[in-house]
Amino acid sequence: MTYYILVHLLYLVQQARVCYIIKLNYELLKGIPVEILTAPRMERCIGCHSCSLACARLVHKRLSWDEAGIRIHTSGGLSTGFEAKTCLACNPAPCAAVCPTGAFSQRKGGGVVVRKRLCIRCGECAKACPVDAVYLDPSQEPFVCIHCGRCVSFCPHDCLEMVASPGGQVNEGVEKEVKNDTG
Amino acid sequence: MIRDNFKVLVIDLSTRKGDVVKMEGRNTEAGGSGLAAKLFQKYGHTDKPWDDPLQPLIFTIGPLTGYFPLMSKTVYAFKSPYHNQYTESHAGGRSALSLRFADYDGIVITGKASSPSCIYVGSRHLEVKDVHYLWGTDIQTSGKVLRKMFKGAGHRSILRIGPAGENRSAMACVNVDTYRHFGRLGGGGAMGAKNLKAVVIQGDVSFASPPDKRYPKLFQEVYKLLTSTEMMSKYHNLGTAGNVAVLNDLKALPWRNLKQTSDAEVTGITGEKFAEDALLRNVACSGCPVGCIHIGFVREKFMEENHYLYRQVSYDHEPIFATGSMLGVTSNFDVLGIIDAVEKMGLDVMSAGGALAWATEAFEKGMITESDTLIPLAFGDSEAYKVAVRHLGMGTNEFYRALGLGTLQAAKRYGGEDFACVLGQEMAGYATGEVFFTSQSLGFRHSHLDAAGYSYDQRKNERDTGKVVEFLIRDEQERVFLTSMVACLFARGVYTKELLAECLRSVGYVELAGNIESVSNNIQKLRWQVRLKTGFDPSKVRIPKRFYEVKNWHGPIDKDFFDELRRRYQEAILRLAQEDIIP
Ligand code: SF4
Ligand code: SF4
Ligand code: SF4
Repeated sequence: MTYYILVHLLYLVQQARVCYIIKLNYELLKGIPVEILTAPRMERCIGCHSCSLACARLVHKRLSWDEAGIRIHTSGGLSTGFEAKTCLACNPAPCAAVCPTGAFSQRKGGGVVVRKRLCIRCGECAKACPVDAVYLDPSQEPFVCIHCGRCVSFCPHDCLEMVASPGGQVNEGVEKEVKNDTG
Repeated sequence: MIRDNFKVLVIDLSTRKGDVVKMEGRNTEAGGSGLAAKLFQKYGHTDKPWDDPLQPLIFTIGPLTGYFPLMSKTVYAFKSPYHNQYTESHAGGRSALSLRFADYDGIVITGKASSPSCIYVGSRHLEVKDVHYLWGTDIQTSGKVLRKMFKGAGHRSILRIGPAGENRSAMACVNVDTYRHFGRLGGGGAMGAKNLKAVVIQGDVSFASPPDKRYPKLFQEVYKLLTSTEMMSKYHNLGTAGNVAVLNDLKALPWRNLKQTSDAEVTGITGEKFAEDALLRNVACSGCPVGCIHIGFVREKFMEENHYLYRQVSYDHEPIFATGSMLGVTSNFDVLGIIDAVEKMGLDVMSAGGALAWATEAFEKGMITESDTLIPLAFGDSEAYKVAVRHLGMGTNEFYRALGLGTLQAAKRYGGEDFACVLGQEMAGYATGEVFFTSQSLGFRHSHLDAAGYSYDQRKNERDTGKVVEFLIRDEQERVFLTSMVACLFARGVYTKELLAECLRSVGYVELAGNIESVSNNIQKLRWQVRLKTGFDPSKVRIPKRFYEVKNWHGPIDKDFFDELRRRYQEAILRLAQEDIIP
């Protein structure tokens, strides 16, 4: 009996600690603005593709310069410089609006939260995006920026920057780790 | 790893069809230089001339291409129009990553197209397209048209030749993505002989990232090392152009066909001067955060009044030396103007500069006249050089066609062999001394990058020829492994053998990682064996008198030491080539 009470007590203490940690984290996160990836200094870009390769490697677990949330293109030859194809963090997001399954859903503060397992490869998100930020691989699997910021430190010329989104309140930088099963 | 063997696309231009071939050898030839030599053994013809339609053009990448930063180069191997022997040329741009993402370890091109053609290759695409309308176009024009013809801006590589290549010049380069080149030993001529104007490679497939947890961490570490302040300041800041002033101060910068090694007028063409007035921006090869490519500009008044046009031109130490100090041209914008003319023709800038430097001296001495050169040549006259470059690329008359075969070939005919600045091919921009001259004249590619002879001259004053030869052989062996990966040689200080082993292990090439020493030794031997079989005889390499007359900060060239060093290095190469490849 004593043993049973002891185990029970221990269990309660454990639960309380978990609740406390959750509360603490929530307090910490509350009020931190949502951040989004921006590419404000592309005129500095040297076309190294380090950003795309980093996103593919770290977020999507791919070796690729396509299957990434940011892709670097030239606008008519190398002499005209580079442009980045990446998500503008629309709010509301047209790509999420057309998604028939909820694989793309609205992210607070702009952009989308991606749930790959819901995706039926219809390709509607890519069609809806005004800036061609969604890449479809040959099987129509979509790749888009989830605004995690991991590419930023790989840019040798500081072209990229995470900035506070105008509308967001809760830092989804943490939330996205849970929801974005980006494969 | 993507695969533990090689996947090679073999394209026959005569039938306009391709074949995907799987080959073993990842643990013995690795990729890049090693794979190219292996492919030449299989598809090359040692006994047939360079322009026989059966000869292959070979493009290879390595096991680390795309996986790590600065693994950004492609090896191009071919039988050279310059010396009719097997050789390699290396270039970056987007070529390596495009090939990686087109999912080939190598491309072999054989046969000859019935009309001017272009190859378009991707992971799900192969086409040999007639482009007769591009024949005769310069590098800029063909680039513009090709960019429109094929989709995928930014994720493809466009390799193309200019008029020089079409005319099978032994000084023709293959332009890679506008600012990079398979420059030396006439790779452009080899393409021209096949009626091949361009190769467009579309990188349109992706792979799973290596499952090994160490990989992303290791990547980060390597990335950090390669973007360290030291690397950045050496290659990004002034870039290699920073060497111009340094070498001039050392009295080791070739001036006016190597009549001098230093000149106060250097101030107009130093890396500092270029950065101050002419540098527009930097660009990088795909997969390289260093961004060593420096882009300047030329501005031309094409009409009164104040009608201007401008073009962007990349510069480096070598082009500045070849079209600047070597030709006595002392203004940075004049240098850029000549480089621009060379680029348009699709010539190799070092060879063209060296050839015109010799022609100028021969002209001064009356060995050739205006009826040969079509325009009077004089050191410092950049406008005349722009015209001459055009003649050289177009092969306008007999003289320029002879010169396009190599300066020594022309000198044999017109005289002036003593002052032909040729070390296997037109010299690179270092008059540092005996070790460099030996290294370039006998090195596998006759390139300043075969071994660090020029820095050895600067660091040491070693007179023991045995020790120097040991260094040259050892250094070549280390580099041949890097060029089998295929790394940019600017990263050689970071990619030690230990680090390369870690990188290979993290992507799954465990056996290769454990055998770097023996594999690099074998590839080194293999390359020499192939070269020797195609006719190279190190004992036949002659050094023109001009090199013996050089005076730099060491004082005059030590003839006895130089000759002894060359003799011993020749022997070492022959010994190496005779050694068995140990499995
Ligand atoms: S993917 Fe395109 S449509 Fe969707 S939020 Fe980003 S920019 Fe907007
Ligand atoms: S912010 Fe994250 S998801 Fe977006 S491009 Fe950068 S690494 Fe990829
Ligand atoms: S990492 Fe920076 S410099 Fe490199 S391609 Fe991306 S944006 Fe451009």
